[in-house]
Amino acid sequence: MNEPVKTRRVSIWRGEGETGQFETYDVPAYDNQTVLDVVSHIQHYIDPSLSYRFACRVGMCGSCAMMVNGEPRWTCRTHVNKVAGQDVLEIAPLRNLPVIKDLATNMDPFFDKWVKAEAVHHSSASRDEEMMVVLPDDAERKKADAGIECINCAVCYAACDTVAGNADYLGPAALQRAWTLYNDARDAGKQTILEAVSGAGGCHNCHAQGGCSHYCPNELNPMQAIAGLKQATTRAMLKGKL
Amino acid sequence: MIRPHRRHPLFLAFLLHRTSGILLALFLPVHFWVLSLALTDAAAFDGFIRFTDLAVVKLAEGLLIFLLAVHIFGGLRLMALEWLPWTAMQKQLAAGAIALSCFVSATFFLQVI
Repeated sequence: MNEPVKTRRVSIWRGEGETGQFETYDVPAYDNQTVLDVVSHIQHYIDPSLSYRFACRVGMCGSCAMMVNGEPRWTCRTHVNKVAGQDVLEIAPLRNLPVIKDLATNMDPFFDKWVKAEAVHHSSASRDEEMMVVLPDDAERKKADAGIECINCAVCYAACDTVAGNADYLGPAALQRAWTLYNDARDAGKQTILEAVSGAGGCHNCHAQGGCSHYCPNELNPMQAIAGLKQATTRAMLKGKL
Repeated sequence: MIRPHRRHPLFLAFLLHRTSGILLALFLPVHFWVLSLALTDAAAFDGFIRFTDLAVVKLAEGLLIFLLAVHIFGGLRLMALEWLPWTAMQKQLAAGAIALSCFVSATFFLQVI
């Protein structure tokens, strides 16, 4: 472990609910230090009352996303040196979600919208039937594959200005999951999905600003998935199915 | 100031598209009002035509053509994004729309100056 050669001034959002303010802390600066390391240091050694959320520390669980210098990021895989330079590091809770305390947000609205978008499996077979064969090079399978690595971190949701402007908008993650299931040969709810994503808060609200695709830490492309839903819902509408 | 999470190429393309649309919407009523002068007040219309001979007005016309072009080409990019098979080159297409708009407006300006 490298010896600390200097400290870094870190500004962290502290408060409960809608009220709060940034407070500054001096944290030892190391090489290869992640933003989550910085937050953990403060909670371990400076102020144990700091609330934040994390689990795996390796970019798999999607629970540690925060706003870092105004941009949504997965903090466990974000190196401080790459985002802060010599400047002050500012860490805040994710945008577009209600704050519980400090850096921990209430993710309920985010996950509720997954259900609202019918981004849930609609089974087409019982356990007694043969398992469906899905070939890896099947065109639909490839479309489903494109979004399958989503870790539900809500970085795209926090990056989206359409979510910020329209509380009913389902958001990039839920819509991408709906698109994945729409292209899943095993899913029996294609019409249900199209009806769910074509409503008032659905895919046609997207302004194609591209923040979701720009910030997705797994380099997925929710904007492409939403464009796919726009085409699918319009085709269904022209055929009189919506 | 543009907030950090908005400082990426496609948001800036979105901003330019919407801003150009608003400015064109503000321009159109003035445009139609001036055209109406040709029917209602020929002298005022001739006066306005002489006003457009000023170099600064021609520059403004060049900017107007840029707004029009960037709104058209940016809009075509969005329509292609939503209705054609997906292309991953969205940033390049947005940059291309702006470059094409600069070319069109500069060509217009060089012809009228």
